[in-house]
Amino acid sequence: MSLLAADGLVMDFGGLRAVDGVSFEIEPAEVFTIIGPNGAGKTTIFNLVSRIYEPTAGRLIFDGEDITRVPPHEIARRGIARTFQNIELFEHATVLQNLLLGRHAHKRSRFVEELLFLPRVRELELEHREAVERVIDFLDLQPHRDSLVVNLAYGVRKVVEMARALCTRPRLLLLDEPSSGLSVEETEDMAFWIQDIRTILGVTVLMVEHDMSLVSSVSDRVLAVNYGRPIALGTAREVQEHPDVIKAYLGG
Amino acid sequence: MRFVFKTSYAQDLEIFRDDVQRNWYVALLVGLLVLPLLIPAYLVDVSLVFIYGLCGISLMVLAGYTGLVSLGHAAFLGIGAYTHVYAIHDLGLPWVVGVALACAVTAAVGVLVGLPALRMTGVYLSIATLAFALIIQEVLTRWERVTGGLKGKPVDKPVVFGIYLGGDAAFYFVCLAFLIGALWLTGNLLRAPTGRAWVAIRDSEIAAQSMGVNLAVYKTSAFAYSAALMGVAGALFAHKIGFLAPDIFTVLLSIQFLLMVVVGGLGSLHGALFGAVFVALLPVAISQARDAVPAWLSALASPLGKDAGAATFLAVDRFVKKPGLEPGLFGLILVLFILFEPLGIYGRWRKIQLYFSTFPLYKRATFRRQKSYMRSERLR
Repeated sequence: MSLLAADGLVMDFGGLRAVDGVSFEIEPAEVFTIIGPNGAGKTTIFNLVSRIYEPTAGRLIFDGEDITRVPPHEIARRGIARTFQNIELFEHATVLQNLLLGRHAHKRSRFVEELLFLPRVRELELEHREAVERVIDFLDLQPHRDSLVVNLAYGVRKVVEMARALCTRPRLLLLDEPSSGLSVEETEDMAFWIQDIRTILGVTVLMVEHDMSLVSSVSDRVLAVNYGRPIALGTAREVQEHPDVIKAYLGG
Repeated sequence: MRFVFKTSYAQDLEIFRDDVQRNWYVALLVGLLVLPLLIPAYLVDVSLVFIYGLCGISLMVLAGYTGLVSLGHAAFLGIGAYTHVYAIHDLGLPWVVGVALACAVTAAVGVLVGLPALRMTGVYLSIATLAFALIIQEVLTRWERVTGGLKGKPVDKPVVFGIYLGGDAAFYFVCLAFLIGALWLTGNLLRAPTGRAWVAIRDSEIAAQSMGVNLAVYKTSAFAYSAALMGVAGALFAHKIGFLAPDIFTVLLSIQFLLMVVVGGLGSLHGALFGAVFVALLPVAISQARDAVPAWLSALASPLGKDAGAATFLAVDRFVKKPGLEPGLFGLILVLFILFEPLGIYGRWRKIQLYFSTFPLYKRATFRRQKSYMRSERLR
C-alpha cells in the first residue's frame, strides 16, 4: 500500500489554477521527486501536502488515513515533516534549540508541570535531548550544536533545517529544493544525506528539485509537472527524455 | 576566559550555567536582603523596581519571546489592581485570595485579547491592544460601583494572614518574593517545550506550525501567562501607590513598559530587570537632578560675570521645571538606544563582560552582524 496518495488535487488562487488535477502515489522508502519549470506548481503541491493550503478539490491519503482536512500543526504528529525553500529556521536560537523544537510533536508535558519544572519534565527533556543528539550524530552537526543560526553558513543551515525535520521522527520527509543556493560540493553532500536518510533511517522522501544531477542520483521516481498538470512520471532518465518534458523546458 | 566543560545533558537544563554564575546570583540576593539596612529611605523606590520587574517579565514573555508587541499592558495592570482591591475591600476576602483572583481575572481577559491576536500580527496587533487599553480605561472610569470612578479608590496597607506588611521593609520583601517567584516560574517555562514554542512563533510562524506547534494554543497561552503576571504586579502596585484612579493606567504607562523591555534588551529576562531598574529609577534621578542641576550650572557660570550665575540659575531652573520634561527624556533615551544599542542594556552588559573575560583580546566585531533582512529581523 502506498504511504501517501494524492488524488485529483486542485488548487485555485482566485482565477488562477495553480494545480490542476495532480494525482500520484508514493511507495514506502522511495525517493519521489517533483520537477517542472518555474511556476509549474511544484511548491504549491508541497504546501498542499503539508496542509498549509486548503485544496480546492481532491484528497490526500497518508498511510490509509484521509488527511485532507487535518490542521497543519497536526501533520507533524502524524509523521510528515518538511523543510522550506528559503530556510525557515529560528535565527536567534542555537542549533540545539532549533532541533529541540523538532521534538515538539512528541511533547507530553503539561503547562503546569513545565511551570514548576517537575522531575517528569526533566526526564522528558532528557529524552528529547537524546533523540536530538542522535540526529546531530547522524548528520555530523556536532561542531555547530551551540552556534546561533544567524552565524552559520547557508549550506550548514540547509542541513540544520533537514535535521530539525528529522527530529520529528517523520515517516515522510518533504524537502523543498534541498540544493538551492548550495555549491556543487554541498549539493553532492546533500545527495549522500538524502540517500542515507532513505536507506539507514528508512524514511520516505518527497522532494521538489531543479538540479537534475541531484534528481537523477537519488530519485527512484520523478514526476514532471507543467502549468499545474502532470506531464510525465517514471525514472529520472525516462522523464528527462520524455518529449513533453523537453518541450516544457525548451519551448516549441 | 572560562569554558564550561559539559559532561551531561542534564547540565544544559540547569537555570545557572555553572557554579560561578550561581554564586554571583547568591551574592546579589544577599545584597538585596541587607539592602533595607543600608538605604532605608529609598526602599519604596526599590519596591517599585521589583513591581516593574514583574511587569517587565510579563511583557518580555509576550513581546520579547513570542514576538507579540502589546501597547496595552497598563490595562492588565489596572484590571489586576482593581480586582485585588475590590476583592479585599468590598468583598472582604483574604489578601492571598485577592492576589489569586487578580491573577485569574487578568489571565481570562488575556485569553480574550489573545483570541483576535491569532489573526493579527505586527503593528496591527499593537493597535488592537492599544484600543483594548483605551476601552479598559473607559470601563474603569464608568463602572463606579466597583471602581469608584474618577473619585478613585483608596487602598489599605497589605495584611497577609493577619500579619501587617505595610511597613517599607516588609513590603519590600513581599515584592522581592513575588519577583523571585515569577522569575523562577518564567525561567522554567522558557527551558521547557512551551518556551521553545513561543520563541519559534516569534521567529517563524510557518516553521513552528509545520513542526507541530498549535499557533492558537501557544499565542493565547503567551497572552494569558503575560496577563496573569501583570495581574499579580497590579495587586502589589495598588498597595504601592495606595490610591487607585483610572488615569494612572494610561497608554503612557503601557509605553513605559514597552520602553522597559526595549531599553533592557529584547529576548532576555535580564533585559526585563535592567529595564525595570531604568524605568523605575529614572524619574527619581530626574527629580534629584531638578534640584541639583540649576545650582551646579550657576556655580559653573559664575566666574563669567557677577550676573551670569544668577541668570543661568533662573534660565536652567525654568527649563527643568517645565512640564513634559520626563516623557521627553524617556522618548529621547528610547531613540538613542534603538540607534546605538538595539540589544539594550543587557546587550551592553554582555559586551562589558566579554571585554573583561577575554582581555586583552576583545574584538569589537564580535557582536557586529551583517545587515540582513530576514523575517525575524524585520519583526523587531
